[in-house]
Amino acid sequence: MDVLRVGSLADALAAKARRPDAVPIAGGTDLMVGINAGWDRPPAILDLSAVDELRHWERGDEVVLGAGLTYRLILGELADERALTQAARAVGSPQIRNRGTVGGNVGTGSPAGDLLPVLAAADASIELGSDAGGRRAVAWHAFFTGPKRTTIAPDELILGVRWRRRRGPSVFAKVGPRNAMVISVCSLCLQVDEDDRAIRLALGSVGPTVLRADDAEAFGAAAIEEAGGWADPARPLDDAAVARFAELAAGAARPIDDLRGTSAYRRHAIGVLAGRALRWVLADRAAEAP
Amino acid sequence: MTIWVRASVNGQLREAEVWEGTSLLGMLRDELELPGSKNACEEGECGSCSVWLDGDLVCSCLVLAAQADGRDVRTVESLGTGEDLHPVQRAFVDAGAVQCGFCTPGLIVAVTDLLDREPSPSDARIREALAGNLCRCTGYEKILDAARLASGRVEASGDRP
Amino acid sequence: MTGVRDPAATDAGAVTGTRAAPRIGHGVGISAPRIDGVPKVTGVFRYGSDLRAEGMLHGRTVRSPHPSARIRGIDVAAALATPGVHALMVADDVPGARRYGLELPDQPVLAEDVVRYVGEPVAIVAADHPETARIAAERVAVDYEILEPLVDMEAALEASSTPLHPTGNVLRHVHIEHGDPDAPADVWVEGLYETGMQDQAALGPEAGLAIPAEDGGVDLHVATQWLHLDRAQIAPCLGLPEELVRIHLAGVGGAFGSREDLHMHLHACLLALRTGRPVRIAYDRHESFLGHVHRHPARMWMRHGADRDGRLVNVHVRLLIDGGAYASSSTAVIANASTFACGPYAVPNARIDGTAVYTNNPPCGAMRGFGATQVCFGHEAQMDRLAAALGIDPVELRLRNALAPGGALPTGQVLRGSAPVAEVIRRCVAVPEPPAEPAMGRDPIELPGGAGNVGRGEGIRRGVGFAVGFKNLAYSDGFDDGAEATVELTVDEDRATVARVRSAAVEVGQGLTTILDQIVRTELGADRVELLPPDTSGGSAGSSSASRQTMMSGGAVQAACRDVRDRLLARVRDVLGLGATEALELAGGRVMIEGAPIAEVADHAVPSLVATATFRHRPTAGFDPLGQGDIHVAFAFAAERAVVEVDEELGLVRIVQIAAAQDVGRALNPRAVAGQIEGATAQGVGFALMEELRVVDGAIANASFTDYLIPTIMDMPPVVSELIEDPEPDLPFGAKGVGEHALIVAPAAIVAALRDATGRELHRIPVRPDDLLGLATPRPWRAPPANPDVPFQVPVPLAGRATEPATELDRGRPGAG
Repeated sequence: MDVLRVGSLADALAAKARRPDAVPIAGGTDLMVGINAGWDRPPAILDLSAVDELRHWERGDEVVLGAGLTYRLILGELADERALTQAARAVGSPQIRNRGTVGGNVGTGSPAGDLLPVLAAADASIELGSDAGGRRAVAWHAFFTGPKRTTIAPDELILGVRWRRRRGPSVFAKVGPRNAMVISVCSLCLQVDEDDRAIRLALGSVGPTVLRADDAEAFGAAAIEEAGGWADPARPLDDAAVARFAELAAGAARPIDDLRGTSAYRRHAIGVLAGRALRWVLADRAAEAP
Repeated sequence: MTIWVRASVNGQLREAEVWEGTSLLGMLRDELELPGSKNACEEGECGSCSVWLDGDLVCSCLVLAAQADGRDVRTVESLGTGEDLHPVQRAFVDAGAVQCGFCTPGLIVAVTDLLDREPSPSDARIREALAGNLCRCTGYEKILDAARLASGRVEASGDRP
Repeated sequence: MTGVRDPAATDAGAVTGTRAAPRIGHGVGISAPRIDGVPKVTGVFRYGSDLRAEGMLHGRTVRSPHPSARIRGIDVAAALATPGVHALMVADDVPGARRYGLELPDQPVLAEDVVRYVGEPVAIVAADHPETARIAAERVAVDYEILEPLVDMEAALEASSTPLHPTGNVLRHVHIEHGDPDAPADVWVEGLYETGMQDQAALGPEAGLAIPAEDGGVDLHVATQWLHLDRAQIAPCLGLPEELVRIHLAGVGGAFGSREDLHMHLHACLLALRTGRPVRIAYDRHESFLGHVHRHPARMWMRHGADRDGRLVNVHVRLLIDGGAYASSSTAVIANASTFACGPYAVPNARIDGTAVYTNNPPCGAMRGFGATQVCFGHEAQMDRLAAALGIDPVELRLRNALAPGGALPTGQVLRGSAPVAEVIRRCVAVPEPPAEPAMGRDPIELPGGAGNVGRGEGIRRGVGFAVGFKNLAYSDGFDDGAEATVELTVDEDRATVARVRSAAVEVGQGLTTILDQIVRTELGADRVELLPPDTSGGSAGSSSASRQTMMSGGAVQAACRDVRDRLLARVRDVLGLGATEALELAGGRVMIEGAPIAEVADHAVPSLVATATFRHRPTAGFDPLGQGDIHVAFAFAAERAVVEVDEELGLVRIVQIAAAQDVGRALNPRAVAGQIEGATAQGVGFALMEELRVVDGAIANASFTDYLIPTIMDMPPVVSELIEDPEPDLPFGAKGVGEHALIVAPAAIVAALRDATGRELHRIPVRPDDLLGLATPRPWRAPPANPDVPFQVPVPLAGRATEPATELDRGRPGAG
């Protein structure tokens, strides 16, 4: 096992080109578990923790998160991005939030990754770089192809994620069997897009990858339209519409039974969370309306 | 295969030759004779191995030793000694927050980190800040007492711990 | 073995055998600070995994991946050829007895021809680095013929099941008949209850260091619970006389029963003796889950009959517990579960049948609560059902049936000591309930679901539940239990009086060493108390188990102190020419007559005074053919009331408050007692809501802290403790053991509160969100299985047991817990 230590992004990309079998490490919150336990022995480890370029972030028309950004930096620097910070707060413990990074969550590609519903709801793209090919951006749905499977090439590194900022409230919620420090049993992110008059709903831990609940999104947007809510945020949705939205969200889930939860529970909980999340964002819209 | 790691550990330049897969925790415990950081889970779930890396509270089991090269590491051993306890250590003893003690060094580090940032945290804040430090003996009641006690003493003395 | 420094013997000993600073006024009854507090907060306290020695090798265990298989052969060539490997051993390399065990020597040191559970040790390797050892272990090629595993405890009861051991699959059957078990009742309720496999999850993984000695023996430094019983099991397997096997206590990172059985002990000793070098074995968390026993899963069929006034008339209980592949302490656990199956209630007529069986599941044994935790979940659910059926308040129903001094258990045993059951109940319910806070507007982190941000106060239902339970103190069932301690009173160079205590009693975190220190200060008033590092050089202290050490080793230390004091006073009498009629007392380092000092202790403690004492509780009896007998020594009682909030749409829980009342006899250190109650309650919270080893086809599927969840600080409510002090006659200071009882009642109280909040029946713990939502179909009542056709009451003797070398084991250790 070789440890490749680099101090700049250029060096990192060059190292990855030389050793495509090297596994990147930043916060170590995933990789070190397997190394400590003895079941993971990557041929080489590429340490990105000294690459400062990966720790940048921007918040203008777009939100840009560098791969090396930790959850703690998100909480400190991007507190206005509600769903994003709610997701960051739901991650592990202070110790994990101080180390775990955007790039790690994206690169591991677990369907339970806490940031992934936020990225999916925002229609984010993943920025990849390589020594030979420069940069490319891959849409989230093209990047995540299965449980812990992504389309990153062996010589590529994750540089960061970016998405267009939407006007409108958002929320992230995650269910676990304990009140802190859990891997999600199911999670979701709901984003209101005032400009497109759209609802975006992404579901975590209920499929091989993070999913979008298309039917629920379409129904939700139409229901708000019908209630006159887009023009006037004070106009509420009736209970039946919220229930139908929840039902469609649950229907979009494709959960399995595993140690952490049953498929029946996951589907049920997604429905409950979706209904709640819709009420919350509508209430937030009403409260924040000029 | 081994590599050399050099780091500032508790204010001293230390170096060790370690197997590449060694965690910072393993290096501290087995090479630098600093076993105060504990090895309860080695998967980042329990916080027993909490240390500061460049001032950030981290699980040392999740840091590859090589990643600590050239960096500043502080462990529970940096805080106080039997003759001169740190206020948080004193509070743990006084509040009865210690039983088997295996989680204690990690909790001492985590509480110190919290009070350094937030000298008068609410109970809810203390709970959120300590969610990553598992204790199997105390039921946490006296750990909360210790955090409150240390915070109160800091306030009373007008001093940061 | 020359040239090997032994830091364990110096560093570890100095630190774990704490030398306390001078303190006056830290006698019993005071919340004295822990004497090991300072080394633990500074990180210098040495646990098993912290030990090192020069030239040390690292041991690693090769474990079976199959629950049941025949070993056709083991190819060790590739492993042995790995550079850095110093030894590799299999069953044939064990020089002495091939099997060991706490109650029955049925467990192989290393698997012989078959493996019986996933994780069973098959081979051991020693290498110069942990990574070398891991690689070598991976290269051990075991040729397994996979067999069909027996993984269901009811299937194991069937006569047609394939026997795992020569004696069949029934480890022990206990039958208790009391009064007229066919007596009619006005109202009957029945229920089938299940508890999952809980793990002790002590934070310190199993670890120790074996150092070969020049005399051909071995010194083992290990985190354990009973040094002398470890030695009694280890020495025969090493083929060594006991005096060549010296066990030294390493710092213990929690135990809760998980360190009663041997784990790495024998393996490290074998490798150290084979290589002539110190060998450390330190399990990681995954191996820890495989390497120690767990709490027995239980199935409990209960029928309770009462009259219209709510008085219990007749109780029928059928218990089945899964012992897993080896006996461990299953025979004692089933005895305990059976004797406490009716709860702390006056029950005139009863029929109780309890069976422990072998299966190919992981071995189960001791865990805090030891059989009483499982049955309390059942009997308290039954009491609530009865209350509902009769329209009587559940607390009132319990008061009407509460045992009192002079009352009898279903075993016929009459309660001779303190039994303040009614007071425990009343004090518990007198704790003010926290007012209901509005759920809307709270930070979501203070709602069920916590950090997950799942609610804004929707669907929150509050519930309140109550439970009472009890358990024995110390060992039972005829076991001749004792603890030895030696106390020396001397004077140091500064003329301070020093009391030096030698006891093999193990500090597992419960605070025993502080209690012993307090007892010595109370009895002798020495300026300084020193506890020598526990080892096997003196007599046995028995186990730090079964809520027994304050009574047993506390009693031995107290008796030794009194012997020392009497001899000191006799010396003073002699020197000062006093008659026998003057009443001399010790106080503040002085000898007094009627409050007036007449001599300094320091002037008369040279030469030093030494006394050794053994404390024995009154004898207990075994079961007669109808399960009658004075099985237990003494009892303690506890009650808890839980207030919970349930998110009724998501099935998530936040516990708001636990009120805990416990019969402690006398609190020798009230803060330490509260710490035991709070800690045991937390383990009860875990058992009620989240803690279960998920065993799938014999394999533990969640052997990690990522998936075996224990409560975090965000899951624990405030615990309000009420200590009921009603001293127990015949025990030192009247103090009862306090370690286990909150974990007996907490799960039952919490689940009662969940039933109150949701209206669901909840027959099984841990309760899952699915159960709270009704997504999981509750298992309907069905008839209990028939009793097995085996001799009643005594553990089944193992074939071949007579061929084992005579050890302490052959005298048996029944009735632990």
